[in-house]
Amino acid sequence: MAPNTRIILICSGKGGVGKTTLTANLGIALAQQGVKTAVLDADFGLRNLDLLLGLENRIVYTAQEVLEETCRLDQALVKHKRESNLALLPAGNPRMLDWLKPDDMQRIVSMLAEKFDYVLIDCPAGVEDGFKNAASAAQEAIVITTPEISAVRDADRVIGLLNTKSIKPIQLVLNRVRPKMIASQEMLSVNDVTDILALPLLGLVLEDEQVIVSTNRGEPLTLTGSKSPAARCYGNVARRLQGEDIPLIDPSKEGQSLRDKFRRLMATKIF
Amino acid sequence: MTLRDILNKLIGRQQSSANTAKERLQLVLAHDRSDLSPELLDQMRREILNVVAKYVEIDMDEGAVSLETEDRMTALVANLPIKRTLKTPITE
Ligand SMILES: Nc1ncnc2c1ncn2[C@@H]1O[C@H](COP(=O)(O)OP(=O)(O)OP(=O)(O)O)[C@@H](O)[C@H]1O
Ligand SMILES: [Mg+2]
Repeated sequence: MAPNTRIILICSGKGGVGKTTLTANLGIALAQQGVKTAVLDADFGLRNLDLLLGLENRIVYTAQEVLEETCRLDQALVKHKRESNLALLPAGNPRMLDWLKPDDMQRIVSMLAEKFDYVLIDCPAGVEDGFKNAASAAQEAIVITTPEISAVRDADRVIGLLNTKSIKPIQLVLNRVRPKMIASQEMLSVNDVTDILALPLLGLVLEDEQVIVSTNRGEPLTLTGSKSPAARCYGNVARRLQGEDIPLIDPSKEGQSLRDKFRRLMATKIF
Repeated sequence: MTLRDILNKLIGRQQSSANTAKERLQLVLAHDRSDLSPELLDQMRREILNVVAKYVEIDMDEGAVSLETEDRMTALVANLPIKRTLKTPITE
């Protein structure tokens, strides 16, 4: 195993909070910074990473054939057409769920680690075998959640499970942040969530319609050099991961209208 | 307490939903993290009250044993108002 490869699990507990979108955008952003990055779709039941990256038509082999030794790793890897530092290892047939073991996952990941600087593992939702297999091969983790009560609770479950393994560091990404709702105290604030989960914050991602547009096209926001709010956020997460000291965007400074300022005044803590 | 909370109190409106969410989360996570079922917690509560009642007279109805959590540390917190101290502890 290449000694310096970072193997990062991207997980959440609750489904649909943005794991795959983060994996795709982070993968592209890291590759753009010149580090060789592999993204591994470990959501064998409901794979989607290929679609978000726009690579669904270029899949020939998958992780399954690599494990069965009917193809070599580089035959299964799908290089991104516009970002040559990024490669996807697609998930195989959903029947893989029946036989895949933590050992298999570790084998795949250590093969990837020989060739890449980063391996990002897109984890399935839940805390069952799919999650446990994916986690068994990881060195560090990014837990992603939204500022919603059920997502935070499930994130807490996952953090509890990760803490029982030797996965370090575990960092938090808070997704779908809506500054206006936070200002009017109708959404958990960034501090609320970091207080409750007690994890270092790797970044926050603003709620952004462009995420959906980019998914439609199969072109992650970070690929197209978009200036949209979420694109900026994903870029910042990638740079912090690389050790750059980028200040967090302050959601309370996102709205500059008089009305937003009044909302902020109303949300100031007095005692 | 924020300006909005004060204003809401004055005009008798509910507290903001973010605060409600935070309080509910803290409570539910204290239970999730300790992995204690409500029945076990209740049984423990009754046993603790019985032990304490051997030494001091407490208000059995007011006595509360609850879980609180901060920084991923869960604490068992007992709040037992003492009515008076018994001169001679009850021992079997
Ligand atoms: N910052 C955002 N702003 C707006 N929409 C978002 C944002 N992040 C994610 N979404 C949307 O949320 C949905 C779920 O995202 P995604 O598929 O990445 O979640 P997931 O955690 O991988 O889901 P699953 O658990 O099913 O694998 C998608 O429709 C995506 O477009
Ligand atoms: Mg997904």
